[in-house]
Amino acid sequence: MQLARTIFGRLATTLITLIGVAVIVFFIVRIVPGDPIAMMLPPGATDADIDRLRALYGLDKSIPQQFAIWFGNVLHGDFGTSISTRQPVLSLVLNRLPATLELSLVALLIAVALGGSLAVLGTRFRGRKAEAGVDLANGIGLSVPDFLWGLVLILLFGVLWPLFHISGRVSPRLDIPFSTQFYLLESIVTLRFDILADLVDHMFMPALALALPLAAIISQLLKQSLKETVNLDYAVLARTKGYSETRVILSEALPNAVLPTLTLIGVQFTFLMGGTVIIERLFSYEGLGNMAIDAVINRDLPLIQGIVILFALMFTFVNLAVDMTYALLNPRLRNA
Amino acid sequence: MTAFLQIRNLSARLRNTGHRLLRSVDIDLPAGVVRGLVGESGAGKSMIGKAVLGVLPASVEIVEGEIFLDGHDLLRMKPAERRRLIGASTALIPQDPLTALNPSRRIGPQITDRLVDILGWTKERARARALELLGEVRIPEPERVVRLYPHELSGGMRQRVLIASAFAAEPKLIVADEPTTALDVTVQKQILRLISELQARHGTALLFVTHDLGVVSKICDSLSVLYAGKVVEDTTVDAFFAAPRHPYSAALLAATPRHNDPASSLRPVPRDVLDAVAAEIAAADAAWSRHG
Repeated sequence: MQLARTIFGRLATTLITLIGVAVIVFFIVRIVPGDPIAMMLPPGATDADIDRLRALYGLDKSIPQQFAIWFGNVLHGDFGTSISTRQPVLSLVLNRLPATLELSLVALLIAVALGGSLAVLGTRFRGRKAEAGVDLANGIGLSVPDFLWGLVLILLFGVLWPLFHISGRVSPRLDIPFSTQFYLLESIVTLRFDILADLVDHMFMPALALALPLAAIISQLLKQSLKETVNLDYAVLARTKGYSETRVILSEALPNAVLPTLTLIGVQFTFLMGGTVIIERLFSYEGLGNMAIDAVINRDLPLIQGIVILFALMFTFVNLAVDMTYALLNPRLRNA
Repeated sequence: MTAFLQIRNLSARLRNTGHRLLRSVDIDLPAGVVRGLVGESGAGKSMIGKAVLGVLPASVEIVEGEIFLDGHDLLRMKPAERRRLIGASTALIPQDPLTALNPSRRIGPQITDRLVDILGWTKERARARALELLGEVRIPEPERVVRLYPHELSGGMRQRVLIASAFAAEPKLIVADEPTTALDVTVQKQILRLISELQARHGTALLFVTHDLGVVSKICDSLSVLYAGKVVEDTTVDAFFAAPRHPYSAALLAATPRHNDPASSLRPVPRDVLDAVAAEIAAADAAWSRHG
């Protein structure tokens, strides 16, 4: 009952947030310099041509008028037509979304696994050399941004020691029999491990580049939280029951120490999704972020709006998911 | 007959400053006997319990001495064997029931986890044991309580759960670390009676850490009085309350408030007694460092 009310409240605020985002984006892309019509026409087009095209895309009206028309259409599920590709924005965006979602989630998975293991390792050997090693790794992970990791990885595993593909989402020679764009998911479900291997081969480096800074943040915060928790009374009591230190960390401390880290992961995950814009560009990965850069270069106003709204939608859902997980893991909130 | 727990000449200090926490402590605790560890805050009484249970903080190091548990030399055992021996034959009743239960785990498994994980019981058998123990500590509706989380129980109930957990594996020795200090006065009495009753029924040896001589007189057979990590008196409860031998013990006893004589209450330990004990300890330390 309580949970349902919370979710409903969150959905309502989400809606308000999205309208705010829509307004801001709509006006900003029209105020900044650059004219989509100028990008479309060949040199030597007459003023009459320009005006006709402007009228065709509705750009001759005042900005508030344009917004009213666009917003009305959005409410009917019509996000307009991309100026540069002349295709409906909604289908373009939804077609690219799975690639970005899969990349982000794999990156998140790597970050949680890597950061979590480092935190447990550092806690298990606290005060010893291994902890100093973990601290050093965290420091390096935190001080190098994701796109630099991308370049470093390309140099290391793409050029010096070519282990992985450095470009694209999947090898063009492969025949993809899937019905959705969730290639990774579908290759697992349909047991097409040849395609899965190819996807992972392409995805590994961009996902790792996105994951490393987040892994460092998770590791640092979780380790700090674990080190406090392993000295609490119930952890000491567990030691007197005969449990090993590793067991005390994993089954007594971790479930409680994970809560503060979880909130942070939610916030940081949205940054990670923002990072996909540059990382996808760097690895020519055919996702939403790559499309966003093209859209900006082409001044493709409807497409930019569509992409930004989709990103905003994903951010709010990530936060909602984090809150729900938090409630699920914390019995004091669950039964309240 | 050798005592179940024997502490011989145990000395401990802080790793970084070298400050001495325990000074050549000797304690014998035969099976089924209740011994009080009495002293002011910082006298080292909890430290002894922690040393026995192998949970001294990392900042404390044992300098010399032996702890024998059922004849096994604890400080010279392999860590994994020591953990198992301690887990199987001893238990702790902690001071603060509000922090000693894991907030994210249900009550039932917290009572019997060591039976399953360390002693290899099946989950069903452990569950039956949890219900039986909850009945023994007089918690109503055990079937419901095993499924609850700690925050759903009061402090007194949680301490009952911790007592149940301590007796779960039929330990030979229980260390009770000021188990009533954090509780309401009305609840204190019930908990004390419960510990005493279960101890007698199970024949468990009990090391009862407390600063409350009134509690000692109610449930202990013998006691060790500690000052600055040194046992200044080791005697039976009857002898102690009849006539404490050490001046510090006598002063401590005199300082205990009595409800039937409010005028005499809150009499601090006199300065000259404290000075005398301090001098005694300084002399012992000097002798120790000459010999060391």
